[in-house]
Amino acid sequence: MSTIAMGHAGTEAAPAEKKGLWSWITTVDHKRIGILYGVTAFLFFLIGGLEALLIRWQLGAPDKTFLSPEAYNQLFTMHGTTMIFLGVMPLSAMFFNYFIPLQIGARDVAFPRLNAYSYWVFLFGGLVLNASFLFNAAPDMGWFAYANLTSKQFSPGLNVDFWIIGLQILGIASLAAAVNFFVTIINLRAPGMKMMRMPMFVWMSLITQVLLLLAFPIITVALVLLMLDRNFGTHFFVPSGGGDPVLWQHLFWLFGHPEVYILILPAFGVVSEILPVFSRKPLFGYAAMVFSGCFIAFLGFGVWSHHMFSTGMGPMADTVFSLGTMLIAIPTGVKIFNWIGTVWGGSIQYKTPMYFALGFVAMFIIGGLSGVMHASPPADLQQTDSYFIVAHFHYVLFGGSIFALTAGAYYWFPKMTGRMLSESLGKVHFWLMFLGFNLTFAPMHILGLNGMPRRVYTYSAGMGFEFWNAIETAGSLVLGFSFLVFIWNILRSLKAGEVAPADPWHGATLEWSIPSPPQEWNFAVEPTVDGRDPLWEERRAKGGTLPEPERVSGAGIHLPSPSYWPIVTAFGTAMTLVGFLMHVTLWVILAGLAITMLGIFSWAFEPADH
Amino acid sequence: MAHDTAHAMHPPTATGLDTRKLAIWTFIGSECLFFATLISNYLVYKGQSLVGPLPHETSQCMLHGQMATCEPIFEIPLVTFGTAVLLFSSFFVVLALNGAQKGNRKQLIGWLSATVLCGLFFVGMQVYEFYHFFHKGLGYTTNLFGSSFYTLTGFHGTHVTLGVIWLATVLVLAIRGKLPPEKALNLEIAALYWHFVDVVWIVIFPVVYLMR
Amino acid sequence: MALRTPSLRRVARWVPALCVALAMLVLAGCSPDGYPQTTLAPKADFAELLDKVFRRSFQLATIVFFLVEGALVWALFRFRGKPGDAEPEQTHGNAMLEVVWTVIPAVILVFIAIPTIQTIFKTAEAPTDNPLVIEVTGHQWWWEFRYPEYNLVTAGDMHVPVGRTVDLRMTTGDVVHSFWTPQLAGKRDVFPKRDNRLWFRTETAGLYPGQCAEFCGTQHARMAFQVVAQEPAEFDAWRTGLAAVGAPADSGAPAPDSLVAQGQQLFAMKGCVGCHMVTAVGAPTMVGPNLAGIGSRTMIASGWLPNTDENLARWIMNPQAVKVGVLMPNLGLNDEEATALVAYLRSLRVAPAPAAVATTAAGN
Repeated sequence: MSTIAMGHAGTEAAPAEKKGLWSWITTVDHKRIGILYGVTAFLFFLIGGLEALLIRWQLGAPDKTFLSPEAYNQLFTMHGTTMIFLGVMPLSAMFFNYFIPLQIGARDVAFPRLNAYSYWVFLFGGLVLNASFLFNAAPDMGWFAYANLTSKQFSPGLNVDFWIIGLQILGIASLAAAVNFFVTIINLRAPGMKMMRMPMFVWMSLITQVLLLLAFPIITVALVLLMLDRNFGTHFFVPSGGGDPVLWQHLFWLFGHPEVYILILPAFGVVSEILPVFSRKPLFGYAAMVFSGCFIAFLGFGVWSHHMFSTGMGPMADTVFSLGTMLIAIPTGVKIFNWIGTVWGGSIQYKTPMYFALGFVAMFIIGGLSGVMHASPPADLQQTDSYFIVAHFHYVLFGGSIFALTAGAYYWFPKMTGRMLSESLGKVHFWLMFLGFNLTFAPMHILGLNGMPRRVYTYSAGMGFEFWNAIETAGSLVLGFSFLVFIWNILRSLKAGEVAPADPWHGATLEWSIPSPPQEWNFAVEPTVDGRDPLWEERRAKGGTLPEPERVSGAGIHLPSPSYWPIVTAFGTAMTLVGFLMHVTLWVILAGLAITMLGIFSWAFEPADH
Repeated sequence: MAHDTAHAMHPPTATGLDTRKLAIWTFIGSECLFFATLISNYLVYKGQSLVGPLPHETSQCMLHGQMATCEPIFEIPLVTFGTAVLLFSSFFVVLALNGAQKGNRKQLIGWLSATVLCGLFFVGMQVYEFYHFFHKGLGYTTNLFGSSFYTLTGFHGTHVTLGVIWLATVLVLAIRGKLPPEKALNLEIAALYWHFVDVVWIVIFPVVYLMR
Repeated sequence: MALRTPSLRRVARWVPALCVALAMLVLAGCSPDGYPQTTLAPKADFAELLDKVFRRSFQLATIVFFLVEGALVWALFRFRGKPGDAEPEQTHGNAMLEVVWTVIPAVILVFIAIPTIQTIFKTAEAPTDNPLVIEVTGHQWWWEFRYPEYNLVTAGDMHVPVGRTVDLRMTTGDVVHSFWTPQLAGKRDVFPKRDNRLWFRTETAGLYPGQCAEFCGTQHARMAFQVVAQEPAEFDAWRTGLAAVGAPADSGAPAPDSLVAQGQQLFAMKGCVGCHMVTAVGAPTMVGPNLAGIGSRTMIASGWLPNTDENLARWIMNPQAVKVGVLMPNLGLNDEEATALVAYLRSLRVAPAPAAVATTAAGN
């Protein structure tokens, strides 16, 4: 980056920050929307975690009656659904929102109002899904919702309908956001930021958006078909009318497997940002990292049936899907080796973000290796639907995604809030989380291989499952406690944390070139970029230090105007779909459609900036 | 690096492509998977219906509460005509766009009206077709063929309807003189969506109606 | 930027102790003793085939685990930064190295892929050695077993002879389930209107617990079963005994005033007959499991509640309390009625008494 000329725009007092609830409801600022995503997703994540603790308490000893079978089935279904759609995905979306524009040197995303719309639709979707608890009708058939258990005959209640409608609403939010971020990354890069100069987080985010764009339409159709079966009497998945429950599995995993990469690729990106900064050394094998990410995403669409080896697809299909799955281990291995290569020979700064990023690498290796084991159908016939699988995907989704997202939270918190988090509390958090995580999930490998199936609300004494389950439950309490430390750390810092400079970590990317927190317009002057690590290059050019950027007045900078049409349109969208919840409530659907149309037209003819 | 901040809101994009145009292309890419899934669903259940009526064959079916022999459902000539009309509408919207870009208001309004009318005709044809099929014994839940056929073509019809509403909105703008050449992009984006809807039908038509 | 080297050293001191403790725990955990449903101690050919592939992949994964995690941990200690360190060498990659660590995993995968594919095809072959066909049907939430060769049907306990391949043809009466006896074979899902296959041959008599492995509703956790592998003579005795249960030739009718006779009457009066058959020969599938031989089954309520008089009484008096969601309604039995019904059910036993089962089970 040649210059970051912050001073030119004048230094008179900046216009007062907009405050108050209304300013948040009408905001179209990607940073504020990012914070909305983050806070909302973290609350949902805590709900999901609470569900997990209840599950663990029930399984802490054999034959417990702490939870009824119905309650347990609702909790494990909602735990999975919540963690995936309301926890990890929107936590990633927080970082997409806040940092994609900052890292590519843009003033905002391509479509700020669409961005607000995505958030509100996501919020309404999460609320609809969780409202099911109020009706004692939380989804209870697993997050995979295998047909034909989901048919009206076997699930007559509203439980499945809440799940369908909730996911359908969330899907709209994801698709709208994916279009937005895809276009943002492709089109709004600062001058000089070629594709192969983009920060790795932006690259992995881009691939994630492609996966979202291609995978979500599939689940949308599958959910529509299931809704039609339940509310209109079709037989797409109902055997009595010729339908095939296996088709549901194919459609679900055609979406579901790419979804796994939607959950993990942003984490790869976050870690690929943090490791170089705290090793004081560029990312090892940048190009290989990009291509391995693309390759993983590409293969991710061709391996869905490895979730279905026990369905009896026949030896040819088993072989093809098995080999395809094993192939994914190669680019994934390249990533792990490159991360180690990044650290290797570096000068490792042991700050909290680095702890979590390294924890990610260490835990993800374990999840990756167990993944290779059940890529082999013969081994998988024993492992599938057992606790071995539960162990595996928690090592990739918790040990992977959550560790990486937490690393990202520690890394970017100073930028987002202007305050530093406490390093000592952060390390307490890390060690408690690391210990609790392994105590909770490592024994699940042993239990699974010794025959404990998944999704069981209890198990009998005498099966040998008692000891490790007790350990796991104890571990889950440690894990839960570690998040209390995290929350305490956040609240403490917001109130009285050390004030963060623009660049507390000696970062390499553009977001560290502007004040913390950034001003509404991000960059007073559009930056230009000459390399992959623009800030490092500039610092070297300037003899090792950069002046602290000044806050400037935004006079003359055009910004998108606030708008309440996104929330109105989002409300209409959610309402339309809720109309399909209880059989078909025509007036709700029509009213919802009317509000949506009103919102879209008002939005389209509203002036975009001020 | 002294960029004029006054232009900061509309900087030249990194690719040179207009952002909204890129967005509609992205959306279309996503929509491809939506229709691919629906078409796959139709194909998976092709020939799996337990009772008639069937698309191309005479079959046993329930009609007015009793077993009867049902005629094949499809009537190719009508839908072929509808397909042709939809195809022509794609051509018309290109002419309309050309008019918009050149600032030829007459050409713009004329061809855009023709496009909207073609779209309306197609939707009307589909409504007639559904009504007709229903009276030949093919209800929505009669069999897997009926369910997957109506779902696929119904979703396509919904897309056509949305396209008609969109193009009609642009037409109103054009009539009110609010579509000068520098805003022709507003029409171009709607036209891209319209072409996509047509192309999907080009796939659906042979797969559903012609393939036996 | 104070680097906390002292704290790092403190951690480092713990590492060896932690490693040893971890290794001991893992070794203890991996021992299949005390886990009747373990996958790690296969007792039939099918499960052994799967186990071999698992062991190969597990060994390779263990080696990779120690190498990669070792390299990572070593780097973390070796390359920790000290205050005032100069900027480390700014390497951007190494093409040779990157090719090497792309190729090595691929080679390792070949060593997993080869036995994988061999085993896939081996396990997919249909058995041809005069197998005993058993038709398995999953129901919410119990398992039904049909022996076409003997025209018999039973539930809960699947008896098989040792030394003869068992050829399972599996489907479901309602939703998708998955049949799993870890010591004998892997999982196979059962679908409506499909005939999924699985086979195994065990040489070891014994009692092998199994359970449904695909989530199937409220009581998925309580959809277990037992495979009772018996010496051929015992197996033949069992099947002839089962065929005789409830048949007129079977020691005639009970004495009119006996508890058993009262129970038999109640069985008809309380409507039990509406859902349960008490003869096994050629019996149709009913709403509830076939009860011929219930008196001598190992477990009740689908393979998880020990078949004691007390449990049986508890079950018939209030099935919804024992297993909420089952189709069996509360019949409103009083204590005497329950006692009589239990006596009757107990009389529906396969002679000889399950002593043979008990001894073989102990050997397991």
